[in-house]
This record gives sequence, C-alpha cells and structure tokens, in this order.
Amino acid sequence: MATAFVAIPTLIVVALVLTSEPPEPGEGSPFLRLVEINGVFASLVGLSVVQPFFLPLATGLLAGDAIAGESSAGTLRYLLVRPVGRLHLLAVKYASVVTQVFAAVAIVALTGLAVGGLAYGIGPLPTLSGTTLAVGPALLRVAGAGLYLVLGMAGLVAVGLLFSTLTDSGPGATAATVGVYIVMEVLDALPALRIIHPYLLSHHALAFADLFRSPIALDGITRGVIVDAGYILVFLALTAVLFSRKDVTS
Amino acid sequence: MSVLATRNLTKHYGDQVVVDDLNLIVERGELYGFLGPNGAGKSTTIRIALGLVFPTSGSVEVCDVPVFTTVRSDGPLRLVGAVVEEPAFWDYLSGRRNLELFARAAGPPDDRTARLAQIDEVLKMVDLEDAGRKHVKAYSHGMRQRLGIARALLGAPELLVLDEPTNGLDPQGMREVRRLLRRLADNGVTVFVSSHLLSEVETMCDRVGVLSSGRLVADGPPSGLRKASGSVVFEVDDGAVALGILRSLEGVVVEDEATVEASTGAPSRLRVRLAEEVSAAQVNAALVGGGVGVGAVRPEQERLEDAFLSLTEEPDSHEWAPHAG
Repeated sequence: MATAFVAIPTLIVVALVLTSEPPEPGEGSPFLRLVEINGVFASLVGLSVVQPFFLPLATGLLAGDAIAGESSAGTLRYLLVRPVGRLHLLAVKYASVVTQVFAAVAIVALTGLAVGGLAYGIGPLPTLSGTTLAVGPALLRVAGAGLYLVLGMAGLVAVGLLFSTLTDSGPGATAATVGVYIVMEVLDALPALRIIHPYLLSHHALAFADLFRSPIALDGITRGVIVDAGYILVFLALTAVLFSRKDVTS
Repeated sequence: MSVLATRNLTKHYGDQVVVDDLNLIVERGELYGFLGPNGAGKSTTIRIALGLVFPTSGSVEVCDVPVFTTVRSDGPLRLVGAVVEEPAFWDYLSGRRNLELFARAAGPPDDRTARLAQIDEVLKMVDLEDAGRKHVKAYSHGMRQRLGIARALLGAPELLVLDEPTNGLDPQGMREVRRLLRRLADNGVTVFVSSHLLSEVETMCDRVGVLSSGRLVADGPPSGLRKASGSVVFEVDDGAVALGILRSLEGVVVEDEATVEASTGAPSRLRVRLAEEVSAAQVNAALVGGGVGVGAVRPEQERLEDAFLSLTEEPDSHEWAPHAG
C-alpha cells in the first residue's frame, strides 16, 4: 500500500514531464496544469488523486482488520483476558489506524513535494484567486490540506471500527467500510439527492482546495470538519457501547 | 476462601440454555477438573468466568471480587491466567515476541515490567527456551499448547484457567502438561482445568465437577466418581464346576459367565451379584468346599465410561435419536 502512495504522485509528475499536452478544461484535478508552474502542486494533485479511492481503500483495510483481525486470529480473547479493557483496546486500535492513515497521506504529500520539486522546482505559489503565496505559508497550507483529508478518513475509520467489532472477518469489515464510502460518493453524484449531500462524509473531502484561495474560503472546510467530527463521535460512541456489551465467542 | 465461584450462573443463547443455574466453588490451591461431554457448556462457563461472555443471570467471582462489575484492567482478571480453547498467537512473530507483546498489553507499568522479567522463566517451565526464537507458525501443536500455558503463567496468576489444555496432544505431551499442572498446584496455584476425558481428570485432579447440559451433576474427589457396582468377581481355576455351584446357591445371581468353557478344568472369571444376606466370604467357602480353587475375589467398580455416561446422560436422551439421522 505504501508503494502505491509513493507511486501515485511520482507517476503524475513523470507523465507530465513526458507529455506536453495540456489537459482539457475541467479534466483532472484543478491543480494539474499548475504542477508545471510549481512543484508544490504535485503534492496537491497527489492528494486529490488518492482521495476518492486509494485512501478510503487503505483506510478500510486497516480499520476493518483492527478488531476483526484479532478476532479471527483468536488473539482478541487473549488480549481481553490479559486483561486489556475493551474501551482501552478500541481507543488504541482507533489511534493506531488513524496514525497509519496519517502516514499514508504524509507519504503522498512529501513524495509529491520531492518529485514535483525535482522536476519543476519549488517557488512562491500562485493561488486559485490569482494572488501569490510565499513558500513557507504555501507549505503550511499543503500540510493543512493533508490534515483535513486525514480528519475525513478518521470519520471513515470510526465507521470501519464499528464493522470490525460486528464480524470475525477482517475482509468482510473492510469490504463493508470501503462499500459505505463508495455508496456515499455515488449518492453525492446524484443531484436528486442534494438534500442529503451535506451529511455525506465524502461530500466535503475536496474542500481542501479552498485553502488555496486568497483569502481562504472557510465555509466548506468548516462544514467538512463538523461532519467529520460528527461521524467520529457518533460511530465511536456506538462502537464503544456495542463492543463493551458484546459476547466474545471467537 | 474460594478463588473461583459461580452463583446461580445462567446463560441463554436465544431459546437454548447453555449454562443452567450453575453453582461452582473452587478453593485456593486446588487442581479442579471441570468435566463434561462436548457441548455441555464448559467453554461458555469459562468464557463467562473470564469476562468474555456476559451471563444472562447470576454472577461469577474471582478471589471474592465479582467479574462483571469491574471489567477493567485493574479487575480481578489480573489474578487469572488463561488458555481458552485453541491457544492463539500472532503466528508471524516468534514465541518470545508474542509473550513480550502480551506482557506489555495491559496493566500499570510495574505489572508490565514484572511480566517481561518472567518470560525466560515461563518459557523454561514449559520447556520452550530454545524454541522461543522460532516463529509461532513453525510450532507443532504441542508447542503452541505449551506456549499458551507459558503466556497464561505470565504475571504469576493465583488462578490458572485452562480449557482442554491437552486437546490434540500426543500421550507424551499430555503427560508433560499433566505433570506441569500438578507441580503448579503443589506450589499453591489454583488450577481449573476443563476436559472431556474422564481418565485424564481422574489421574490428575484433586476435585472434579461434572457438567451436563449446563448443570453440575457431580462434584467431589475423583475416587467418588466411580461407585462400587455391587457385583463381585471370582477368578476360579474351573469355570464349569464353579458355575454349577454358584447357580445352586440362594441369593446369588451370575451376571457374567462369558469366559466359562464347556469342558471342566478351564480357568475363568465369573461376575455375580449377591443379595444383602449373602457375603462374598460365604460364596468363596462354598466354591472351595466344592473343590474349586479361587484365585481372587474382588468387588467390581463401575466402569469409568459407565460412571461418566450415567452422570451425563439425559434421562430422555433417547428422544433425539430419531432425529439424528
């Protein structure tokens, strides 16, 4: 998985270096044609490419396996009789999966920065509003974009952890978690369901682009953070209640 | 003081009653055998005692502390080491690494340090000092079973709960595990061991509880499991003559004459049931008086399997037979 996260921004930059054709308007990431101006944009293109599929897939794999993997290996009962408290176990597993998702996002951002910088150099960043950002603040905003993506995935981790406690099959919990995210993306693409769009985890995911306007447009990002926090709280609470009352028969 | 006690413990799964009003008390320092056929509710009882499965009603106490009001890392489970069904590990790590991770997994820092310091000792106890470096996936079944016991011993538990610890072991491995458990019990550790093998429990345990359909149907020293059957066996040097004499006596019923041969002069074993007023000595005198040499006279014990079956068989157990096919 880590290989994929290194490979994606690298391939994007290599493809750009090898071809000179500009993308059609509206095609690809809004940052794509900007990479050739400034290597920093390779980070942002990398993040927007992994966001809809690779990142939820990795997140689903890690979260789905967190408890169900121990359960199917039989080690869950031995941890619990040690005794590791059930809530303590959930907290440790949640933190460890979110940390790994953070690492995945960091790999994409840093690889993009390195490869993009090598190919096109790193300089002051033109914003989507036409102004220019110094290198320092630009890198800070890239970090902010990464953290915003991690927060969205932290919501998905909470969903995945719930599935992971409900089954003894890691792959089953993974499939359910990734499935839920894909269904959200599909629903998000249906204009008729506009009324539920604000409550979908995936709806706000690309709002991090707003960090690269001047001044920063905080509306979308704020709504995203609130929805993410809501998913985290609701699903962690539900998981905690159900898991602490569960008969562990695996 | 009891180390493990269940009070009116009951567990339902839907309509099915798995543990039925179970009252069990294991005293400190005992090696207690928890015996019952597969499906009698042994594993469920053990899982409830370890806080893994919640009882429908009733309670479990470990060292007089209820398990189900303090299911936290400072709860009574700190005093317990356990093997629950198959010993499971992270197979891609070495045996030693597994023990390290489990030693670090819970409790205050002092406990973790103490458990880490015990790893060499427990590996030695189960004779896995050298194999500790190998990946667990390369372990034989017996080695996994022993590593499971080593893990249970981390933290110097007061109570060791072992669910079928000799399951799948060869006779040599079974004997080693039995010796280890006996040694632990002699050193003051209370050992609670489940088994579906009567002979195993009988040779090893101080006390035996027999579980059948979730209920405790017997509880006591293993010698009490087998009752005298009321029959007496005579070993004689002339079966045919002896049989004639026995049949002529009042209050004597010959139960087994299978070894008697038609010709006289052949030795045989005869099992007879005696009425209250007849003693084995009187029968012996009659046989000797009739010219039969009596090699041995002994009261016959109930066979082990019979004792087990009579304890665990449901009175209406024949009812399921038509459905079985």
